[in-house]
Amino acid sequence: MFAFIIRRLAVAIPTILVLVVLSYILMFAAPGGPFNAERPLPPNVLENIEARYGLDQPYWKQIYDYLVNIVFHFDFGPSFKYRDRTVSDIITQGFPVTLTYGFWSFVVAVIVGVSLGIAAAVKHNSILDYFAVGVSIGAQSLPNFVMAPVLVLVFTLWLGWLPGGGWNGGEWQFVVMPVIALSTSYMASIARITRSSMLEVLNAGFIRTARAKGLPMKRIIFRHALKPAILPVLSYLGPAFVMMITGSVIVDSYFSTGGIGQFFVNAAFNRDYSVMMGITILMGVLTIVFNLVVDLLYAWIDPKIRY
Amino acid sequence: MLTSRTSPEQLGDLPQRAEVKGRSLWRDAVGRFAANRAAVISLVVLVMIFLFAIFGQILSPHEPDYVDFMLRGNIKELGVPSMENQHYFGLEKEGRDLYVRVVQGTRISILVGVVGSIVAVVVGTLYGAISGYFGGRVDNIMMRIVDILLAIPFMFVIILLLVIFGRSPTMLFVGIGLMSWLNMARIARGQTLTIKNKEFVEAAIASGVRPIKIILRHIIPNLAGIVVVYATLLVPELIITESFISFLGLGVQEPQTSLGALISDGASQLNYGTYWMLAFPLFFFLITLYAFFFVGDGLRDALDPKDR
Repeated sequence: MFAFIIRRLAVAIPTILVLVVLSYILMFAAPGGPFNAERPLPPNVLENIEARYGLDQPYWKQIYDYLVNIVFHFDFGPSFKYRDRTVSDIITQGFPVTLTYGFWSFVVAVIVGVSLGIAAAVKHNSILDYFAVGVSIGAQSLPNFVMAPVLVLVFTLWLGWLPGGGWNGGEWQFVVMPVIALSTSYMASIARITRSSMLEVLNAGFIRTARAKGLPMKRIIFRHALKPAILPVLSYLGPAFVMMITGSVIVDSYFSTGGIGQFFVNAAFNRDYSVMMGITILMGVLTIVFNLVVDLLYAWIDPKIRY
Repeated sequence: MLTSRTSPEQLGDLPQRAEVKGRSLWRDAVGRFAANRAAVISLVVLVMIFLFAIFGQILSPHEPDYVDFMLRGNIKELGVPSMENQHYFGLEKEGRDLYVRVVQGTRISILVGVVGSIVAVVVGTLYGAISGYFGGRVDNIMMRIVDILLAIPFMFVIILLLVIFGRSPTMLFVGIGLMSWLNMARIARGQTLTIKNKEFVEAAIASGVRPIKIILRHIIPNLAGIVVVYATLLVPELIITESFISFLGLGVQEPQTSLGALISDGASQLNYGTYWMLAFPLFFFLITLYAFFFVGDGLRDALDPKDR
C-alpha cells in the first residue's frame, strides 16, 4: 500500500512541476510585463519595482521562489490587475462557492446516476430501461454551456421559480441551477456505465447462486452485485472531476455565482496572468489529488488489485 | 475439421470456389455499418451539415458582416426569421443575418474539430506506435510523459495560451492539438502491443527491415480501424471544447464566429424574447454532435471485433 502511494506520488509531483514550469514559461513568453504602462516608468523606478517583486532574478530562481511560496505559505503572489489583492485572497474568496455547488453536483450525479443505472439494469428491457438509456444518451452530449441557458429560459423566464443568477450566501434557490447544469452530462455517463456493468454482473454465476438459494432481490443487488458493478464507475470519477472543474468556469461566469471560475474568466480578459496561473495550478493539484484518492478507493474495493 | 482429408473430387472444386467473391475485413465492416440504421441516418445528416457549412452561403443574398441598419433598431419585431427579406434564421444581436453567421460558425466549429482530430491521428498514432513497439524503458518514459500531460486540466492551459498569444483560430488549433493526441497515443500503444508479437512483424524483423519502416508499413496500417473510430468520436469532443472556450468569449474573435460564440450571444439575449438567436445555433450544434457520436458508435460496432 505504502509503495503504491509512493509510486503514484512519483507521477503526481512531476506533473505539478510541469504545470508550474509550463505556465511560467508561457508567462515569460507573453508580450509586455506587469509594469509596462502607456507612460513608461523611469528606468531606475522600474528597476526598483522589479527588484521588489523579484523580477530581476534569473528565471530558475523565480520559479523556485514561486514554488516555495506556494508550498510553504500558500502564497501565489500578487494579482497584476488588482494591486491590493493577492491571488491567494481571490482563491480563498471564490473557492468555497465553487466547492459548495461542485460538491452537491458530484453527490447528485453519483446518486442519481448510479440509481438510474441500477434501476435500468434490474428492469432490463422495460420502459424504465428505455427511458434511462434515452435520457442518458441525450444528456451525455449536452454540454453545461447548453444546459445553463436552457435552464434559465425554463425556470427563470417561463416558470419564474428560480433566480437566474447570483449566489446570495449559498441559499438553496441559488444553488439548484448551477448544480443541475454542472451535473447533468456526467450523471448521464455514470448512469450508462452503471447500467452496462450491472447487466454484466447480474449475469454472473455468483448472482445466480444467490438467487438460487432464495435471497431477496434487494439483498442480492446491494449486498452482492453493487460492489463489483461500481468499479467502472469509480474509474470514471477521475475524468468526471476534471469535467466538473472545467465546467465550473461556465457555471460561474453564466450564473455569476462569484466562484473561482468567474475570477479565472475575468483574469483572462484582463490579462491578469498571475491569477490565471494560480487558479490553473490549484485546479491541477486538485485533479491530481482526486485521482490519487480514486486510485486508493479502487484498490480498497477491488481485492484483485495488488500494489 | 482440422485434420479432415481432402478428397480428389473436392480438390477439383477448388477453382470454382475461388470465383466466389472474398469477404475482406473492410467489406464486412461496411456491411455491419450499413445495417445500423441510426449510424447511416447520422452519416447522411453529417454529409448534409458539411454541405451546409461549405455551400450554405450561396443560398443567402447577405454577407456575414453586413449589418442591416433598416431592421437593427427593432430586432425583436423586425428581426424575426422570415422568408420575405431572406433572413431565414432572423437577425442576430448586432443586426447581421443569422443564417449566414450559422453557416460560418458551423464551418469553423467543424474545422477546429477535424483539424484537432487529424493532429491526434498523426501525432498520437505515431507516438503510441513507437512507444509500444520499442517497449521497455522507451515505452516507460514516453507513457509517463503522456500520464503527466493527461493530468493537467487542459482547458485552463488552452485559455492561458489564447490570452497570451492572442485569440486567433491558429492558436486555438495549436492549443486543442496539444491535448487531443494524448488519449490516441494510449490507445495506439495498447493496440501496438498486441500487434507487435504477430508473425508478420516477426517475419519483417527476421528479414532485416528497419524498425521505423516496420512501424510505418506494418504496424500503423493495422491500427487503422481503431484509429478511425476514435478520431470520429474525438471530433465532437473537440467541437465541445472549442465551443466551451468561445462561449466564454475567449475563442475565435469577431468578425469570425463559431457555434459556441453564437450560442453565447443567443443566451445573452434571452430576456429580450429573441429565442431564435439561441435556437438555431443550438440546433446545429446539437445535431452535429449527435451525428458524429452516432457515426462513431456505428463505426466502433462495425470495426471493433470485441463487442460482436
